[in-house]
Amino acid sequence: MKLMSALMSPVGRKVLTGVTGIGLVAFVIAHMIGNLTYLSPNEHAYNTYAYKLISLGWIFYTIEILLALCFILHAIVGISIQIRRRKARPDGYKKYKSAGSPSYQGYSARSMIFTGIILLGFLVLHLISFKYGPGQAEGYTVTLPSGEEVRDLRRLMTEKFQEPLYAFGYPIIMLLLGMHMRHGVWSALQSLGMMSRRLSPLVYSLAAVLGILVAVGFLFVPLYIYFW
Amino acid sequence: MVINLRVWRQEGPDSSGRLVDYTVNQASEHMSFLELLDVLNEQLLQSGDDPVEFDSDCREGICGSCGLMVAGIAHGPQKRTAVCQLHMRSFKDGDTITVEPFRARAFPIIRDLVVDRSAFDRIIAAHGYVSVTTGSAPDANAIPISKDLADDAMDYAACIGCGACVAACPNGSASLFTAAKISHLGLLPQGRVEASQRVMAMVDQMDVEGFGDCSNYAECEAVCPKGISIEGIARMRRSYMKGVLSE
Repeated sequence: MKLMSALMSPVGRKVLTGVTGIGLVAFVIAHMIGNLTYLSPNEHAYNTYAYKLISLGWIFYTIEILLALCFILHAIVGISIQIRRRKARPDGYKKYKSAGSPSYQGYSARSMIFTGIILLGFLVLHLISFKYGPGQAEGYTVTLPSGEEVRDLRRLMTEKFQEPLYAFGYPIIMLLLGMHMRHGVWSALQSLGMMSRRLSPLVYSLAAVLGILVAVGFLFVPLYIYFW
Repeated sequence: MVINLRVWRQEGPDSSGRLVDYTVNQASEHMSFLELLDVLNEQLLQSGDDPVEFDSDCREGICGSCGLMVAGIAHGPQKRTAVCQLHMRSFKDGDTITVEPFRARAFPIIRDLVVDRSAFDRIIAAHGYVSVTTGSAPDANAIPISKDLADDAMDYAACIGCGACVAACPNGSASLFTAAKISHLGLLPQGRVEASQRVMAMVDQMDVEGFGDCSNYAECEAVCPKGISIEGIARMRRSYMKGVLSE
């Protein structure tokens, strides 16, 4: 009970956002690297990778449940912070501007709630299109060199990203993800009390690099499929 | 120089306010911003109007009484100064400057530019102190500490409680103020003993007062007249987590 009230405190809410955020960043990086196997000269690489993930069994399902929890908690706390913000200043300023450095109040920081809500909506659509999309029952089956008959995710991906809506919609969302991470990565570490005067500027810059890398890593495959 | 002002006028806590335009024709670049308001008030009194109410005391940047949103920034565009130390040479002849009170639900407006910042006092009352007798001034030296530690504690002790951090924060969070007090006391051996109780009580009070959450914008540090670092907020969070885990 004591722990619950601590988690609901102003510090606890930040710790929750930070921990779940870091979990989501780890997922996003792993997902991006997994997607890049599509580009491997071995045409079975992507399906083999997907099959190996599923074959992890209970470990895979535990990770899925933890990720779902991270998403839900991260969204709930993020939205509640936004609601409290309105309550904390019901009458806004007629004129307001940032004082500039050392403030980190840039576009990415200001838009966290918007990029966050868009990403949440995207996640639902993305799960419907792929995870819960057509599978072996619908004929998306491939035989791996090792002999197993598995779901042909590579075919599904190739088909989807030949549609302009997917091919261009996904990269735009991935740029928003990069923006969300640009403030989010540094902010998570600050929320967990890991930042100091000396570390902050460095980590803030590295967060930008990571945001760009993840966005580029993700938008590469859809554009490759569409144009080649 | 001629300065046009758009000043927030509000009769009382429950009345609705509005921006009113004034012109001060005899401003000097050597005046502080508060002296400019003094000149405006002379004008208003001479024409039989009510003067603009604002808080001020020491006028040398150390008491924390004054605090205004000047041109959209808490304490105005000049870094690391309270509004009393902001001089008119920071502006140009003919500029129009909007002046508003610090806005937050926890800082209700009393009249015009005066807000009630006693929420800060209640955060201090929650545990912003050391409750054991630490002796008189010479006794402080009985427990030697490193110069680095003393400097760090002094940097946080520089907080004058003006409320600019709350005013500038897009979320209306009081994290920098609270963190400064927690860090200032928690870094010193005399204050370390009650560090856990202190951080829990003060963070809880911050919530009770209705301040918003911190989103790590660091806008507070940018407007702080004493340049207090958000490293203090990271320190406050570490101290809070340590407190929760040790209970």
